[in-house]
Amino acid sequence: MPTAVCRFFLFLILLLPLASHAGDAADFAAASPAKQAKLLESWAAAPDAARLPLLEALQQGRVAADSDKTPFIENAGRYQAVEGAAEPVGSPRKLRLNNRLRGLIASAMASHQLLADDPAVRLAAARHLQKSAKPAQLGLLDARVASEENQQVRDALSLALANLQLVDSNPAVRLAAVRLLGETGDPLARTRLETLLDPAVENDAGVRTAAETSLAQVKRKLLIGELLGQAFSGLSLGSILLLAALGLAITFGLLGVINMAHGEMLMLGAYSTYMVQIAFQKLAPDYLALYPLAALPVAFFVTAGVGMALERTVIRHLYGRPLETLLATWGISLILIQLVRVLFGAQNVEVANPYWLSGGIQVLPNLVLPYNRIVIIGFALFVVVLTWLLLNKTRLGLNVRAVTQNRNMAACCGVPTGRVDMLAFGLGSGIAGLGGVALSQIGNVGPDLGQSYIIDSFLVVVLGGVGQLAGSVLAAFGLGIANKILEPQIGAVLGKILILALIILFIQKRPQGLFALKGRVID
Amino acid sequence: MSLPISITVAQKAGPKLTATALGVVLTVLVALPLLHLLPADSAMYVSAYTLTLIGKILCYCIVALALDLVWGYAGLLSLGHGLFFALGGYAMGMYLIRQSAGDGLPAFMSFLAWTELPWYWYGTSSFLWAMCLVVLAPGLLALVFGFFAFRSRIKGVYFSIMTQALTFAGMLLFFRNETGFGGNNGFTGFTRILGFDITAAGTRAVLFLATVALLVGSLYLGFKLARSKFGRVLTALRDAENRLMFCGYDPRGYKLFIWVLSAVLCGLAGALYVPQVGIINPSEMSPTNSIEAAVWVALGGRGSLIGPLLGAGLVNGMKSWFTVAFPEYWLFALGFLFIVVTLFLPKGVIGLLRRKSS
Repeated sequence: MPTAVCRFFLFLILLLPLASHAGDAADFAAASPAKQAKLLESWAAAPDAARLPLLEALQQGRVAADSDKTPFIENAGRYQAVEGAAEPVGSPRKLRLNNRLRGLIASAMASHQLLADDPAVRLAAARHLQKSAKPAQLGLLDARVASEENQQVRDALSLALANLQLVDSNPAVRLAAVRLLGETGDPLARTRLETLLDPAVENDAGVRTAAETSLAQVKRKLLIGELLGQAFSGLSLGSILLLAALGLAITFGLLGVINMAHGEMLMLGAYSTYMVQIAFQKLAPDYLALYPLAALPVAFFVTAGVGMALERTVIRHLYGRPLETLLATWGISLILIQLVRVLFGAQNVEVANPYWLSGGIQVLPNLVLPYNRIVIIGFALFVVVLTWLLLNKTRLGLNVRAVTQNRNMAACCGVPTGRVDMLAFGLGSGIAGLGGVALSQIGNVGPDLGQSYIIDSFLVVVLGGVGQLAGSVLAAFGLGIANKILEPQIGAVLGKILILALIILFIQKRPQGLFALKGRVID
Repeated sequence: MSLPISITVAQKAGPKLTATALGVVLTVLVALPLLHLLPADSAMYVSAYTLTLIGKILCYCIVALALDLVWGYAGLLSLGHGLFFALGGYAMGMYLIRQSAGDGLPAFMSFLAWTELPWYWYGTSSFLWAMCLVVLAPGLLALVFGFFAFRSRIKGVYFSIMTQALTFAGMLLFFRNETGFGGNNGFTGFTRILGFDITAAGTRAVLFLATVALLVGSLYLGFKLARSKFGRVLTALRDAENRLMFCGYDPRGYKLFIWVLSAVLCGLAGALYVPQVGIINPSEMSPTNSIEAAVWVALGGRGSLIGPLLGAGLVNGMKSWFTVAFPEYWLFALGFLFIVVTLFLPKGVIGLLRRKSS
């Protein structure tokens, strides 16, 4: 478009609000949906700060009209006229908006927010417009790019502008726009650039080649984002597996007890979190956001208590008979699951993320890191360090290791082996409880929660090698990342099967796992 | 040590008594399907429900026997026998669903908008090939898995966990619609087998008799194996593998043979189970089912051949009664059964009987 024509249109657009400003809200309330859409489009092209409250109210669905079609904004149950101080005639009815109108309102809102004082608001608005800008907003964007002071916002705006300029009639403008789009890693830019490769759409060969190089650039950036995303979800899955398997590494690795009820300890931890959440809602709603922290000790002591009770009543009698232990603990797990089903119902219960665990950081256009997963990765490492300290720097840990290495000799030296067994089992169960708190923040909490983790946790322990924390850590993260890398290539299920096959093959090479205890023990 | 349990039971209780008991049970089992053929208003009539239920339990008895061969004799606790059972069932199901679909594709494939059968469905409309699959699918899987597992001397709980993971993976695989086995719903709605109506009284009776025949056959095979030198090597392998190796035996072949045999028996049981019950779906492969089979064997008494049959009958009878009378409490009862059996009945019901009679 020649600049003169462009300016002329800009002028017209600037005139538009003057002409229609007599009563935007009144116009909108009286118009048919089709006209409302037109109105919104024209508002989006020519923002006016005075219209902001109306748009905000529209977005929140608070605009109503009385029988005279006079618009009102509802505020805490009271109706206030948008223009003037009219009182509603009859009871006002909320304006009905369809999805198309809602989209247009959001887009109009964004172009109004370009005028905001806060750069962060402007940036968000510019990002929104990158996706939703219409050709009518070209002039507005052009003007804002020229007058914007904040570098970041200007970059975002010029991208939004470039998106529109791709269909400009001037090849030079198109070329510049294509080059600019190559700088982004936005998935939308890829589809836009791909359409330009078609000679039927783009007749200028120069622009087409530029589009090709830009497309390659965008694809590379997207690929980086994707790989980082996979690595992150692998780490996240690894940390979850680690939390689930760490307790097992203690009970299985150190005590030689196959605890099939371990998954149910996770489940009990998650349900403890649910109970703590309810207690906070009832007793201290002001501190509700802190409930996951309070749930940690509660879950630890609940599951540790259950674990110790089980050890004293059942498992103690089965030491040295691992296969029987396996069956008995499976029975325990059935009872625990059914108990929870009877007490809390078979449905999942709702455990909500507090505000500081919801949302995430946008690192790249196609990569968002959720806070809850970041926190859980940190938490898993924290629990590992704590466990390591407990096993290697305390008297209890010394006793546990002594009993592991040689039960009889430890007993001769005065280690109360029975008590150590009980405490170690309690510790393993308690760590599972902590894992349950973490799991409650990222997944469903239901009676079957533990069942889905038990097999994976055993694989982690088997792969990592018995009795070694370092092995479990490495195995958990290795399995997590391998799972997430295989998942997009061959699907989640086939990925799992392949990993199982790999573990079987790996055990061929190293039957003792990644890290083996050195010794000459033979059965 | 445990090998002679069944023999000693027979000796202690008197061979006559045992033989009479077995004979009575066998007569009842043969008579049941015949009574089903009577008119429905007859006093001796056995309903289709009862016949199906007992037929189902007999299939489970075969699974228990197969599991006992590997666990009770060779000391390998498999938590994945449900997979072999289901594979046999699916092989049979493929044939049955082809029968009921006629010349067209099975209904679930039409829903997926598939236009032709996947390659592994080739030939499944032939009963003979389906029977081959019933043996081959579980047999080959067991052979490959067992070859690798026994080569690296995976045993004890590691072996159990690996087999459990295997059946879990199988369940996930069969849950997928794209795998081509009906996904979540599996196969159901069978109408004909070998041209006969599958719900007809005669067909039911024949299927029931076939199950009884398979059970008796595998029991006979088990007795023969247990008394042979092969059985004694297996028992030695369970009790002291290292000593056996020092005596010059290579345990791998023995383990592999009994493991594959057990898997094939399970597959056959599954193949008889499906036409009687009328449905097969991936939940048969869930780890829960396989571990439940372990408790049948443990309750009955592993290392004996009659024990597992007794255990499977007891647990499944209880299950049918509980799930009707108090459905809420069945899992509690099953859980307590697991604990009580492992804590107080290490030799199972058979061990209890033996102690009583001595």
